[in-house]
Amino acid sequence: MATTNFENMQVIYQHPESLLDKNTHYCPGCTHGVAHRLVAEVLDEMNLRDKTIGVASVGCSVFAYNYFDFDFVEAPHGRAPAMATGVKRVHPDKIVLTYQGDGDLISIGTGEITHAAARGENITVIFINNANYGMTGGQMAPTTLPGQKTTSSPKGRDVEQAGYPIRTSEMLATLDGAGYIVRRSLHDPKHIRQAKKAIRMAFETQVRGLGFSMVELLSTCPTNWHLSPVEATHWLEENMLPFYPLDDFKVHPALKNLNF
Amino acid sequence: MTRELWKGNEAIAEAAVRAGLQAYFGYPITPQTEALEYMSWRLPDLGRVFLQAESELGAINMVYGAACAGARTMTTTSSPGTSLMMEGLSYIAGTEVPMVLVDVVRGGPGLGNIAPAQGDYNQIVHGGGHGDYHPIVLAPASIQEAVDIVYQTFDIAEKYRTIVIVMLDGSIGQMMEPAEMPPMQEVRKVWPAWSASSTQGKRERNVLTSIYLDPKDMEKTNLRLMKTWQQIEKNEIRYKEYFMDDAKFAVVGFGSAGRVALSAVRAARAEGIPVGLFRPISVNPFPKQQILALTDKMDGFFVVEMNSGMMLDDVLLASQGRIPVEFYGRMGGVMPFPDEILREIRRLHAEGWKAEGHPRDRWLAKLEQIINEE
Amino acid sequence: MQNETVIAGFGGQGVLFVGKVLAHAALEVGMEVTWFPSYGPEMRGGTANCTVIFSNEEIGSPQVLNPTSAIVMNQPSLDKYEDMVVKDGYLIVNTSMTNREVKRKDIHAVCLPATEIAEEIGDKRLTNIVMLAALIKASDFFGQAEMETALKKSLEGKKNDLVAANMIALQKGFEFRA
Ligand SMILES: Cc1ncc(C[n+]2csc(CCOP(=O)(O)OP(=O)(O)O)c2C)c(N)n1
Ligand code: SF4
Ligand SMILES: [Mg+2]
Repeated sequence: MATTNFENMQVIYQHPESLLDKNTHYCPGCTHGVAHRLVAEVLDEMNLRDKTIGVASVGCSVFAYNYFDFDFVEAPHGRAPAMATGVKRVHPDKIVLTYQGDGDLISIGTGEITHAAARGENITVIFINNANYGMTGGQMAPTTLPGQKTTSSPKGRDVEQAGYPIRTSEMLATLDGAGYIVRRSLHDPKHIRQAKKAIRMAFETQVRGLGFSMVELLSTCPTNWHLSPVEATHWLEENMLPFYPLDDFKVHPALKNLNF
Repeated sequence: MTRELWKGNEAIAEAAVRAGLQAYFGYPITPQTEALEYMSWRLPDLGRVFLQAESELGAINMVYGAACAGARTMTTTSSPGTSLMMEGLSYIAGTEVPMVLVDVVRGGPGLGNIAPAQGDYNQIVHGGGHGDYHPIVLAPASIQEAVDIVYQTFDIAEKYRTIVIVMLDGSIGQMMEPAEMPPMQEVRKVWPAWSASSTQGKRERNVLTSIYLDPKDMEKTNLRLMKTWQQIEKNEIRYKEYFMDDAKFAVVGFGSAGRVALSAVRAARAEGIPVGLFRPISVNPFPKQQILALTDKMDGFFVVEMNSGMMLDDVLLASQGRIPVEFYGRMGGVMPFPDEILREIRRLHAEGWKAEGHPRDRWLAKLEQIINEE
Repeated sequence: MQNETVIAGFGGQGVLFVGKVLAHAALEVGMEVTWFPSYGPEMRGGTANCTVIFSNEEIGSPQVLNPTSAIVMNQPSLDKYEDMVVKDGYLIVNTSMTNREVKRKDIHAVCLPATEIAEEIGDKRLTNIVMLAALIKASDFFGQAEMETALKKSLEGKKNDLVAANMIALQKGFEFRA
């Protein structure tokens, strides 16, 4: 039997330092885990872990601080951008990120996110858009698609009654304080790689002091969509992509020539 | 009589529908969400208003608008949501419009947890919103009682043009029990005379506001609110007594804590201990007179709550120091077992009542050990 | 007289549903009844339990430290509840999912391979009903006819097409002899 020579081997995959080596509480196939990993990898690559402070929101990612290995605070539902503002103003030389779901960010927290962006608050927002309220069991979110069935829109979202979904990135990109706002998706490896680049850009924005940065990540919620993990990625591709186009909505000129 | 099994949250929703609820606004939060989900299909099917708000701030102000517009309106939420609604509640009180709020209380403070608790007592019963106002607060202990109470709340709210809050806890929201639903009332067809429902060219205009720039005007409004409150204190006291006829001392507990105490009191009776249970249902107005009257007959009160002794303060005030008071509570979403309360009842029966110190301090002195031993 | 039954197992084993069937049976005979679930995030994949209490008088606490009977559908539940059941109470054990004998001698224990019985019927999700039937048979809380009505009531609406299989499971549970 041949013995393996580890010395000549190259590490091509390892656990990011910014992520604790723990099983998460996320459902099987949920892309919250993917998003965590990407953020951690970027912080590792930029060597930022030691100076980062995270702000968790209220949603399935409420326990994000159990997985990320740096300082963390937990905000009331929707208020993470305000809390992050408080942290960042006290520690302007540190890296501050919020990690928020769509219900948290653009329903109850619309005011806070809007004004953080308008102020050009130099923070980075990771925005998980899974078209529903995952944690509370799958109610309608502001991002729920027209006709989409949820536990509080049992006959499908009726836009006449419940109004239209919000395209958050497009909306916030109209604000002058925004330095970097893009939408990406986590439904397949190619898009996941693109998402990682965008997250890198967002933190570069913050490092350079170019204002508010946000990456919207289209994500799956197999549990509340009542789909298998694979079906969920297909559902995202077929239903969310047409409504939420992947694009760069705001890129500060100073970022234009950066490449990773 | 047809009794059916109902989940608490859905039962209160259906009871409100049957009471002629016209407009519901809410926001998801555990352990209340089933009420919102139930309304999301039930009300549209009946052609009535259901809307999921963008937040509890949105929900309470939608209710404020609907109430001013003259509709029977309500919202349901749980503790963190109730906190957000406090501003709206104060405005609604100041504007003197009727509405109903159901708070399915969970463990706190902060995000806490979703387990049953009674820690919202102070925030709800003794204010929370700013200014001088008193909401009516009713605390049922079973699903049938919750159904019957919710069914009456709109009439009560309209009679006094006030806020009625039904304070439950997570266990009543989540459990199932048989309940008989009251008959479906017709939805009211005329708008109340005071409402902002447009003059139709037939009456003087109505202006509904809570601003009274001249303090003298504000004070007149305060006086009117307080006079109404006096009426409420006279008319709306509710409570239930168990084994009180020959009791030598009484356990006092509301809602789920009252239920747990009932089990303990029954067990104590089986051992021959002469203890009764006094269960306030209206915690605001609080049954002060009844408590005071009981001090003539009782050796002491033993208050049991799922909080740090918030109603305890009301019992202490009402009993005016005439008899000793003892306290036992669990906090943070921990529900006591009857055994814990029975243990205290036995102790009080065997050792008698202490008077020195504050009952909260005596309880705190032993709580840590109780927690560590579990 | 009050009876308290704890039903415990993994999430997905139908713990809450079978509690509902028991609650329906109590309602059927005109008793007071309370069905109290463990609720919240722990339901995702973790353990689940519910307490069903029925009585002829107003029910106090919806949960008890020492139930009069327990249906334990897996090993952790057996470990947790065996010691809790009151003396002379009932313990129904799913031997398909447990790996040891019942230790206590002062309770009525019924041990049956409920998951295997359910699989023979064609659906292991019927384990819960097989076990409930075993409890009812041992304890005589209710008659089989009342259980059948309760089962139909619990499956009313969306789950109507499951009635036949559930009825067989009930029958098998009643027929089981150790
Ligand atoms: C003030 C307040 N209202 C409501 C809730 C209940 N709640 C917890 S998480 C959540 C929604 C989370 O949805 P989202 O932000 O989309 O995150 P996801 O779980 O989908 O990742 C809600 C409404 C709360 N915790 N606080
Ligand atoms: S409920 Fe949805 S968003 Fe939450 S962990 Fe499960 S799959 Fe992910
Ligand atoms: Mg979401």
